[in-house]
Amino acid sequence: MKSTEFVLFTLIACGLVTWLSRILPFVLLKKFNLPAKVVEFLSFVPITIMAALWFEGLFTQHIGHLPQVNYENLIASIPTVLTAILTKKLLLIVIVGIISLALVRLAV
Amino acid sequence: MDDSLSVESAVKDTLPTVFGYIGIGISFGIVAAAAGMSVWMATLMSLIVYAGSAQFILVSLLAIGTPMISIVLSVFLVNSRMILMSMTTANFFKKNSMFENIFLGSLITDESFALSMNKLNFTDGKLDFKWFNTVNVMAYLVWAASTAVGAMLGKVITDPKRFDLDFAITAMFIGLLYLQMISDKSIKLKVQLIIVLLMLPLVYFGLIFISSDLLILVVTLIGCALGVILKHEIN
Repeated sequence: MKSTEFVLFTLIACGLVTWLSRILPFVLLKKFNLPAKVVEFLSFVPITIMAALWFEGLFTQHIGHLPQVNYENLIASIPTVLTAILTKKLLLIVIVGIISLALVRLAV
Repeated sequence: MDDSLSVESAVKDTLPTVFGYIGIGISFGIVAAAAGMSVWMATLMSLIVYAGSAQFILVSLLAIGTPMISIVLSVFLVNSRMILMSMTTANFFKKNSMFENIFLGSLITDESFALSMNKLNFTDGKLDFKWFNTVNVMAYLVWAASTAVGAMLGKVITDPKRFDLDFAITAMFIGLLYLQMISDKSIKLKVQLIIVLLMLPLVYFGLIFISSDLLILVVTLIGCALGVILKHEIN
């Protein structure tokens, strides 16, 4: 690990770029309107980004090769999806997910 | 989730996501401590950078002595999906002051974004500052506190996988994805289902070529484009 000063400056620089990517759209859209086409495009962001974040967790990456299936997460996803369909309650879905993975890890 | 935008309702809506922040926050603290960071530096990182997966990358790059400019660029790229989420959310806060917009933008996360998009389906497409800010601030504080706890634990435990809470975030996305699909009436369920299914091969094959964190942004852009095309084809 480098010096405390180096780490601190790096943190501040990283904080600045993440802050700008978060706030600039808010600042700019306050002044400008997006074309209807872009709004339609953005309407797909919620489902595509959530699906991507889920599916990404189902694999272990090996650049240059096919990814390896993460069976623990894949199996734990099944009761989680079922709970979503049956209960539609987010808290319950999360709790079932946590318990499912714990059980899968116990069994393996 | 209901149609109320009160602070109380925001706290209730955020509760299911808290497990995820705790699980990942503790894991992050442990990893940071293992890489030689002090408790206060790890916590400071969560307060200043506040970027989930980008923070894990930041710690590992620091540990191997990467130059500052490369670290900053990596963190920016990994977190650039925030631009898309902020763009989507900002449309609902056009009438709010610039200060409120900047404040909300500063603390927006994957999770608060997903929650707010779900909330819209219950509130006739309305969001307000008080509700969103409560969700954001709760997440921020829980994230920072969990990092501190994790960094302290990091002196004793070295394997964050022992906390099965790491699946909490994935479970939350599964839940929010399903709830979003069944309640967003602006896009036909059939279209949504096809797009979600298409994301699987996109992610699978994309993982061969692109680092997983950056891949999220790439496949999201492709998925949105496919969504627009499919929506017009089916209508």
